[in-house]
Amino acid sequence: MLLSEVAYARPASVDEAIALLAGNDGARALAGGQTLINVMKARVASPEVLVDLADLAELREIGFSSAGLLEIGAMVTYAQLVSSSEVDVARPILARVAATIGDVQVRNRGTVGGNVCVADPTNHLPPLLTVLDATFTVRGEGGERSVGAEDFFKGVYLTEVGEGELLTKVSVPPSKGAGDGFAGVTIGKHGTYIVNATATVSEDGVRIALGCVGAVPVRATAMEEALSGGDLGEDAVRAAAEGLGASLDPPGDVHGSADYRRRLAEVSAVRAVLQAASGTGGQ
Amino acid sequence: MASEPRASRAIEVEINGERYEREVPARRLLVHFLRDDLDLTGTHIGCDTGNCGACTVLLDGDPVKSCMLLAVQADGASLRTIEGLAPNGELTPLQRSFNEHHALQCGYCTPGMLMSATALLERTSSPSEEDVRYALQGNICRCTGYVNIVEAVVAVGEGTSGG
Repeated sequence: MLLSEVAYARPASVDEAIALLAGNDGARALAGGQTLINVMKARVASPEVLVDLADLAELREIGFSSAGLLEIGAMVTYAQLVSSSEVDVARPILARVAATIGDVQVRNRGTVGGNVCVADPTNHLPPLLTVLDATFTVRGEGGERSVGAEDFFKGVYLTEVGEGELLTKVSVPPSKGAGDGFAGVTIGKHGTYIVNATATVSEDGVRIALGCVGAVPVRATAMEEALSGGDLGEDAVRAAAEGLGASLDPPGDVHGSADYRRRLAEVSAVRAVLQAASGTGGQ
Repeated sequence: MASEPRASRAIEVEINGERYEREVPARRLLVHFLRDDLDLTGTHIGCDTGNCGACTVLLDGDPVKSCMLLAVQADGASLRTIEGLAPNGELTPLQRSFNEHHALQCGYCTPGMLMSATALLERTSSPSEEDVRYALQGNICRCTGYVNIVEAVVAVGEGTSGG
């Protein structure tokens, strides 16, 4: 398919990338391109300038901060997450979920930064990173700032990253004995989610977030509170999920009605919490 | 500024061991660069939406869909396409196994299937059926029902096909 005419730049540093993004109207960052190239084909997006982040090696790194946070560069691919020893040690759920995104070819190109900056409500990583209490580092010409997931995701295809800014990394606390779970129902085996749920169980309690039921990840706070007593047996978890569906206002489409998504939200949340409680979620 | 945005770029890529230098428009997809500029028409365009995998090539050893990549993004990379598998006409064990197992009917998806399976076999010398199905998830075949394709790839790993 023929794309609209576009100009292309391949900066050698993050500062140069930000200057290009800030200095050109209609400029967009190009990471793996597994969404952007397709929406350009469909003319849903027609950026005038693509700023390719391919040469920014510092954005491709996975490591640990001095405070012990797992730091994932925005250009880290799903394939890198899957095979990373750092991820395996610190938060293996990230690798387990990344291994189910798209297919081999998409995982070789698609990036963590692209997944969260596209902020499609059906993407895997936004609810997962919300539950893991990740922080997002956004850099612009005026400096950089860190924001939590609940401030980062602002709407459908909308994040805290403004014009002329770049997400540089995502920082995730290591599990430290917490159990993580991720469950849901997809269209096809590894297809798009109809609904998904992420849960984590730690000494601080239970955190649960749902994907595909709202513009941004939705925390299941009432269910979290209902589980604060510490009983994470199957009956208790099922009881805690009652009413979760009714509290949601999910979209209905060809893949599932709003009522079906409400039901799936409860089922998925129960499965995610039980996985997390049994410590099998990261395996 | 070191790199002004431009509507085209001079790129240098290595494809099947041969170096190519071309000036390409930024909007040109890699698959069009391969097929139209270089006449490497073995890489097929199936869906042109990133779903079918017929256009799969190896970029620095990794399978990617060449319809979801701009040619300029491949600047500096080493590519392998279906033409590189049997440059002298002598089929690889995988290609012979596809023949022996009747792993294709219309053949349209076959170049992509072979590139994905080639990458798998270079990483995992004896993949299981599950490994093969996972590795070929991004390659759609509308004729065979996949059974013979999966058998053909597994057989190469077991050394029971094609030598």
